[in-house]
This record gives sequence, C-alpha cells and structure tokens, in this order.
Amino acid sequence: MNDRIQNAFSNGKAFIPFVTCADPDISLTEELVLAMVDSGADLVELGLPFSDPIAEGPVIQQADERALASGFKIHDLFTLIERLRNHTQIPLVCMTYLNPVYRYQKDRFLMSAKQAGLDGMIIPDLPYEEQGEIKGSCKTHEIKLISMISPTSRERIITVSKNSEGFLYCVSSLGVTGMRASLTDNAKEMVELAKAHSNTPCAVGFGIHTPEQAHLIASYADGIIVGSAIMNIIAEKGSESVQPVSRYVQQMKQAIMV
Amino acid sequence: MEPGRFGPYGGRYIPETLMSAILELEAAYDRLKGDATFQEELNTLYTNYASRPSLLTFAENVTEDLGGAKVYLKREDLNHTGSHKINNVLGQCLLAKHMGKKRVIAETGAGQHGVATATVAALMGLECEIFMGKVDCQRQALNVYRMRLLGATVHPVESGTQTLKDAVSETMREWTKRIDDTHYVLGSVMGPHPFPTMVRDFQKIIGREVRTQILAAEGKLPDYIIACVGGGSNAIGIFHEFIGEPSVHLVGCEAAGKGINTKKHAATLTRGSEGVFHGMKSIFCQNEDGQIDEVYSISAGLDYPGIGPEHAQLFATKRATYVPITDAEAVDAFTYLSRKEGIICAIESAHALAYTMKLAPTLDKEKIIVVNLSGRGDKDVAAIARYQGETLYE
Repeated sequence: MNDRIQNAFSNGKAFIPFVTCADPDISLTEELVLAMVDSGADLVELGLPFSDPIAEGPVIQQADERALASGFKIHDLFTLIERLRNHTQIPLVCMTYLNPVYRYQKDRFLMSAKQAGLDGMIIPDLPYEEQGEIKGSCKTHEIKLISMISPTSRERIITVSKNSEGFLYCVSSLGVTGMRASLTDNAKEMVELAKAHSNTPCAVGFGIHTPEQAHLIASYADGIIVGSAIMNIIAEKGSESVQPVSRYVQQMKQAIMV
Repeated sequence: MEPGRFGPYGGRYIPETLMSAILELEAAYDRLKGDATFQEELNTLYTNYASRPSLLTFAENVTEDLGGAKVYLKREDLNHTGSHKINNVLGQCLLAKHMGKKRVIAETGAGQHGVATATVAALMGLECEIFMGKVDCQRQALNVYRMRLLGATVHPVESGTQTLKDAVSETMREWTKRIDDTHYVLGSVMGPHPFPTMVRDFQKIIGREVRTQILAAEGKLPDYIIACVGGGSNAIGIFHEFIGEPSVHLVGCEAAGKGINTKKHAATLTRGSEGVFHGMKSIFCQNEDGQIDEVYSISAGLDYPGIGPEHAQLFATKRATYVPITDAEAVDAFTYLSRKEGIICAIESAHALAYTMKLAPTLDKEKIIVVNLSGRGDKDVAAIARYQGETLYE
C-alpha cells in the first residue's frame, strides 16, 4: 500500500513546498523539485496549471498563466512524475481544480497518475459534500484524496477530519492563497480540534512565507505548506531560481525543526 | 433527487472556506421562501419599485412584416434599471438584509447586473462593491459611472480574459476574504447551489406574468417562448412556468459571435462539453485538457463560457432547444426592432429576436411566439455604432 505520505510526517514536522508545473517550463519544475527534496522538503505539492484558479491569489494565478502559455498539457504532469521517480521516493501530491481531471476523465487521469508514481490529490473546489465525485476512483487507483478545512468550517471540522486520508490540509485564514504579512492565531484552535478527531497528520497552508510564521505554526501543526512564496521567487528569477528556492526551503525546514 | 441537482448537473463545487456561507444562505433561503412576510415585502418592491408587472406588447408591425406567427414581446426592458436583473437583485438583497448582512458584492458583464445591484444596495442601505472585467469596463463605460453614481465601488478585474468569467472568479475570491457580513449577489442561474434554484425562483415571475397576460390577450398559451441565454436567468425566468406544458416550445438563443466554426463565439451548448467550473457541474466551452476557453460575443452579457445547470438539463432532456445566433444577426435584429416597433432592445435580447425573425415566417398565422425582451438597449448604442463603423462621442 501507499504509505509514502505517512513517511513525510514520521521525522518531526513536515515541510511541504508547492510548485506550479511548467512555470516557466517543465524541465525547470523537475530540477526545482529535486533541489527542494535535497534541501529538506518532506512532501511536494505539484500544482496543475488551470485557466481559472478561483482559490488562488495573483502569484499563483500568474504562474498558471505562464505555465499554460508555455504549452503545458496534462500528460506532461505524468511524464514529470515518472522522471522524478527515477531519482526520489518523496511523496508527491497533485493540487488541481476538478475540471481538468473531470474533462480528462477521472479514471484515465488517476490511473496514469498512479502508474507515474503520484500519491495524493488535493482538489480545492471539491468540498467534502462533493467528494463522492471522485472518491471511489481514488480508492480504486490507490491515490489519497486529501481534504481541506478552513477557519469557517466550524462544526464541519469534525466530520471532515474524521474522514480525512493522507493528511488534512488546514487553511490558515480567510481568503485565497498568497503571502500574508501577518497571520492571526485562529488556525491553532481549528488544528487542535481537527487533530482530536483525525487519524491523519494536519498540515497548515495559505499565507505562510516567513520562517517566523512557520516556526510558530509548527508548534501546533504537523506540517507547513508554502506555495506563493516559492512561486514568487520563480516569477522573479525564472531559470535562475533553483538556488534561491533551495536556500529558502532549507531556511523554512530549519525554522520548523527548532 | 438531492437538492441543487438538475439531473447530473448543478451541485456545489467550491472551496471549503465558502461552504459555511453557502450552507447559511441555503438555510436562510429555505426559511424565507415560504415566509409570507418576506414574499409580501418582495412583491411590494416588485410593484412599487421595479414597476412590475412588465407589459406584454403585441408587436403588430413585426408580425405583419414577418408574415407568419403572432409575435409578442415581454417587456423586461421597462423594469426599473432597464432589465430583468432587478427581479433577482431585489430578492437577494432583501434576503441579505434578513440575514443581517451589511455588504453585497457582485460580478457584472454588460453592467446590467452591477447597476441593478448598486441600485438596490442604495435603496436598502447596503455597502456595495462590483467586480467587472477591465475589457467590459471599457466596453460599458457609462454603466461603470452609473454604478459609482449609485454609491458602489467598481473594481476592474485584470486577471485572465478580463471579462465576465474573470469577474465571477474574482467575486468568489473576494467572498472568501470577507464572509461574515457579506452576501454575494450572483447575477444568473449559475454557480453553486442554492444560486441556480434561488435566482430562478426570483426570476420565474416573468413566466407567471406571461401566462396571465397571454391568456387575457389570446385565450391560449403561446406555441413558442424565445429568450437569449448567457448564464440563462432571463430564459429560465420565462421558461419555468411552461416547462410542464408540452405544447409550449422553449428556445434559448446563445451567442455565436463571429460564427460557431470560428474561435470567436460563446455558444456553450452548441460547442461545449460537460465540466465542473464556478461551483457547478454543467456544460462549458473548454479544451480537451479542461482548460476553460476564451469566449467572445458582441454582447458582454452573453460573453460567458458556461451556462446554468438547469439549462444543461433542459438541453439534455430535449425539453428546450438552443440555437446559436451570430453578432451580425443580432445587430440586424437590434436595428430591425428599433425601426419597426420603436423599441431599442439590449443586444443580448436581440439574439432572441433574431431567431424569431427566422422562425415566425415559417409558422401559421394563428401560432403565437413570446420573445423575452430582457433589457433595453441604451447601453449598447455606442457599441452598435462602432460595429457599424461610426464613432460616437458620448
């Protein structure tokens, strides 16, 4: 069975970087993922570019636009995963909106993804109530369907947590993805409630970009997810971004270890 | 069938952060839709503010000229703010007030829904912010100013194609940022449940009035009801009353832009495929990888790559038929109605009239067609002049 995701959380707090596939091109994404693994990443989220990412702030929206302009197609994701699997057993999860999976046909998508070596799926426009859309197929293809909770989930936190698999993605705050200057501590209560009911680790994402924020949140969460801060480096440095991204990942991993 | 589903279509495919707001809205709507006080307040607003019922005008000159079926026009253009949009906005803003919300946000394409929302927000003392594609802000500059005049803040949306679909995405993003005191007044029968059902309920007054009016005028039901469809709210509004009347043909007219064999169209049901986007399972213009297409229409209000889920189901079950109408056909109809009846209709509504011009001559004289004239065309005058090669200085 598939326990790579569990391994990510077995050595202390997990650092989970996100990278949009094919921004600016797919070979750089491969280099970036391998460099992040070497720098201490415990699990990597691969963002599948989408034309209309409604849960994303401007940084990832623009990354998606660049990726699609570079000619990204869904099969490029599977090729990327296959190539990564020649080098690493790091857990890999795909962050995608439902429509590309639906249109590609969910079983065709999940079978190809599994064969390539994908471990999980995060689908931000698929709330708990609609998971039936794809849950059976995920089970068939042994891919974990990762659920999300947010500060507005209230009584839903318990239901969603009880049914989580892989890990539970806890959205830190209101709003879309993107770096926040300050993060309130609302996430703590939510994460503690979730942990009391979930059999899976709880990782927190949205808005986190500084080592200080990561350190604080790691005091109560099992993992830290960072996307926009990394995509911001890639937007600025393009093909020169591997080193700065590596340094950033090292710094963040260190911040959550101490 | 589970609530919010129309056959396989509908549902609520939205980020977790919005789920509590959507569930709260659903509960509030379920409670208030059967509440006599709420309905009475709404009916009073319809009558004394929106100027309902809207007229059903017999288009005598058009009927004579086309030489076939009798053509009636349902005059939603005569409502306050100039379109059917006010029906839905009055309902939703009243609901928002009852829910204790202080602020409303909305997307707009042509500006009709934005203007209606800004208007009712002013009336009800709600804070109002409108999201409108930057391209549409340029196409409909007058409506942008109109919204500001009404006290709303207008945010030009610069992401993606800078048109209606991006305005919807941006309003959804805004809603995830501030939920507690904010209601999203979605402008069409689309998006996550309960919007497709709720907006239809607020619009179905159009069809209910048509039934009474046509029975008074002709003593029988119409043979055809024709309406334009973007998201599809004016069409559902006039169709709904007649879905259970098999003798009444329902026809939706979608925007074929420069032609359905070009890339410049918004003919969702003619050219699209099943997908999940903007909170709903429905039909969308998209590529084989599920990336949403850039669509096009001369009409900013029909320039949307999807359609409401109830229309997708009416299409799948063949209860309604949907036909594509090009820019050129719509502009011809726009001019035709202006000259024949002295009515300048919205370019959106002109799509419905364009199909009527094809259909009426093929039908016997005792047949009856009702066209939903969903809005007035003042907003389109400058764009039509441009289309015909003239520049106006407003």
